[in-house]
Amino acid sequence: MTDPAPRFASPAEVRRALREVDYLADDGIAGVVFLAERLGKPVLVEGPAGTGKTQLAKSVAEMTGARLIRLQCYEGLDESKALYEWNYKKQLLRIQAQRVAEDGGAGGWGDVEEDIFSEPFLLTRPLLEAIRAEDPVVLLVDEVDRVEVETEALLLEVLSDYQVSIPELGTVAARQVPLVFLTSNNTRELSEALKRRCLFLHIDYPELEREREIVSVRVPGIAEDLAEQVVRIVRSIRALDLKKAPSVSETLDWARTLLLLGIRHVDTETATGTLHVLLKYQSDIDRAAKELAAPAAR
Amino acid sequence: MVGEVFPPDETLPAGSSAGLLATVAGFVAELRSAGIPVSLTENLDAVEALRHVPLGDRDAVKYAMAATMVKADAHWKVFETVFDVYFAYRGEQYRLGHEPEDDEEAQLVSGLLGVPEGDAGGGMEALSAEQLAEMLYRALRDGDRALLAAIARAAVARYAGMEPGRPVGGTYYLYRTLRQLDLEALLGRLLDAEGGVGEGGDLDERLVREEYESRIDALRKQVEAEIRRRLVADRGAEAVARTVRRPLPEDIEFMHATREEMVALRRAIAPLTRKLAVRLARKRRRGRRGPLDFRATVRESLSAGGVPIEPVFKPPRPSKPEIMVVADISGSVAAFARFTLQLVYSLGSQFSRVRAWAFIDGIDEVTDYLKGADDIGAAIHRINTEADVIWVDGHSDYGHALEAFWDRWGRQVEGRTTVLLLGDARNNYHASGAWVLAELARRARHVYWLDPEPRSYWDTGDSIIGHYAPHCDGVYECRNLKQLERFVEQLG
Ligand SMILES: Nc1ncnc2c1ncn2[C@@H]1O[C@H](COP(=O)(O)OP(=O)(O)O)[C@@H](O)[C@H]1O
Ligand SMILES: [Mg+2]
Repeated sequence: MTDPAPRFASPAEVRRALREVDYLADDGIAGVVFLAERLGKPVLVEGPAGTGKTQLAKSVAEMTGARLIRLQCYEGLDESKALYEWNYKKQLLRIQAQRVAEDGGAGGWGDVEEDIFSEPFLLTRPLLEAIRAEDPVVLLVDEVDRVEVETEALLLEVLSDYQVSIPELGTVAARQVPLVFLTSNNTRELSEALKRRCLFLHIDYPELEREREIVSVRVPGIAEDLAEQVVRIVRSIRALDLKKAPSVSETLDWARTLLLLGIRHVDTETATGTLHVLLKYQSDIDRAAKELAAPAAR
Repeated sequence: MVGEVFPPDETLPAGSSAGLLATVAGFVAELRSAGIPVSLTENLDAVEALRHVPLGDRDAVKYAMAATMVKADAHWKVFETVFDVYFAYRGEQYRLGHEPEDDEEAQLVSGLLGVPEGDAGGGMEALSAEQLAEMLYRALRDGDRALLAAIARAAVARYAGMEPGRPVGGTYYLYRTLRQLDLEALLGRLLDAEGGVGEGGDLDERLVREEYESRIDALRKQVEAEIRRRLVADRGAEAVARTVRRPLPEDIEFMHATREEMVALRRAIAPLTRKLAVRLARKRRRGRRGPLDFRATVRESLSAGGVPIEPVFKPPRPSKPEIMVVADISGSVAAFARFTLQLVYSLGSQFSRVRAWAFIDGIDEVTDYLKGADDIGAAIHRINTEADVIWVDGHSDYGHALEAFWDRWGRQVEGRTTVLLLGDARNNYHASGAWVLAELARRARHVYWLDPEPRSYWDTGDSIIGHYAPHCDGVYECRNLKQLERFVEQLG
């Protein structure tokens, strides 16, 4: 494994570079990405849904000109889907073909066995792909909290050694330490060992100013005034005790909706009429509508 | 503001400066005594990380330390407080009365005071109280951050009346400073000046008010930080760290939580309910495969020349699990009850099959109160005023409550039901009604009991938890979030 020369001189530089690919980071996010590159450690990104965790990995890939390899986690994900699998179907067909050929009197079983456990019969899954990559890659292990403990242990192993041993083929070691991002919506406590191995980054709903910038960048054509109003209203709604607070993606959806409707200034009526874009539960919508319509004094 | 975190003579050559190591070690010790677990590897990672960040950049140092040593969001606030105290102003240049020359903010402060900061009382002639108030008003109106920061520091110097060695806590100084600034009146003035309502009417007014409130809040935090900085300069970091030490959210005792702690708890509960919901949903899908889907298997085999290479299974048949929560809401567990109802309330948003009952000496189903309410406060108010939880005198009577539960709802408990009982089992020497638990245990999938009292109090006085325990799959001490979380974890 070789360490490439560091690409960024400071966290501030990372922040600037991310902004160039339309990702608005704060000091915390930029600081952790900077360190990840310097230390070659994976980053565990945790926080509410829709706050830019997945996007961060994508944007870092774009920023560094690396290829993004994504392992989407789900309940039941196992080694054969995460790491590698033998292509049984192809192997069986190969064996069948052999039988046909044998009737004609050619070849031996030994050849077949060697043959079917070779490269062409290997199905490379994201983890192995990242390890074997010769070009720069960013590995995104998305929503890692959804896998079972055993698969988490496998991940930890791979992320500790950056090598994989395939009994039939031998050990494959990474030529470079890829940048790795694991995201979690925190539906399950991850193991201490995995947490120890990673740099930890919590991404929460952004501060007002950062959210305004996100809106400006991700919703082209939106006027400054409208963007400001949008994020102020969202802040106001997030302060309520709701079942599900609006996330950044919902802020963006709402901003786009307002833009499409040709709204220049959001009044109470417009806001309450479009709340369903921002909020997912009817009881939350009712609650917010009531609040927004109430006189300001508290 | 930007501040050197380590004394300049400790800039490291190769990451091995003894001074740096000692400083980090001290900081780690402080984190640990605040309850944040930091392993040895993490400690070393932090030191390694510090080799890469510019030590002059306070924020960069802070985030590097956090990323390597703080692995839970709930610990962030405590970390931040410890960091601010521990690295408040190490080194000579941060003694009171000494400000770095090139610091724009510091210059503003001296400007405001007319003399170098810390020269007690010196500012009085430079700027009248009215002038300072006026300046604050303008800074808030324009959202001028640099000026606000400078005013916060000047205000502490002028109004807090801090004297070296005086044994008073930070809150006292905070109170004195804020009283003089009279932020309430300022807010009123700012809003009056906005005057006429804009096109958006009430909504605009609301947004403007919230914006000013958030600026005032930022100012208040700066005043707090300044007071802390001065306390550290006076007494040293370790002493101040001890006084500002607060329990982590997961260690706050339900039964003795202050109002502010309750807010922290409430925030921490959302992720926990998500976990609980996922856990229960997972159980539902236990056994990832249903029975073999023969037809699909044959169809699939066609692509492999009729060899059934990939058997196809039907999705497993879900059985809908159901949670029944039965919570004591009597005075002796009031704080805990509020919290458990909160848990049930947020569970309801994740999980449809949650039903809840509240009891004192009578019992009533409160599922709909929790579902229909705008927020938990309103729900609890309705439960207290409308639900039929009092039978005779409003003193806990578990026996009567349990029997009433059995009579009215007992038959609805079935094999997929998990019954969760919450209470201290302090029964005022009434009959226990423990036979109801035996019946419930026979019918339900699981029966668990969470008791908010320390285990050492169990079965003392009128606590009869021991009568119920034999019928439960588990009885758990549940005094804080950490214990509740452990309970949730072991469910899966
Ligand atoms: N800091 C940010 N800068 C730019 N876009 C962002 C940022 N945060 C979130 N977004 C946008 O919000 C949306 C949701 O982000 P995503 O990464 O999918 O959320 P998560 O993975 O946290 O659930 C995406 O469309 C993304 O582009
Ligand atoms: Mg995502």
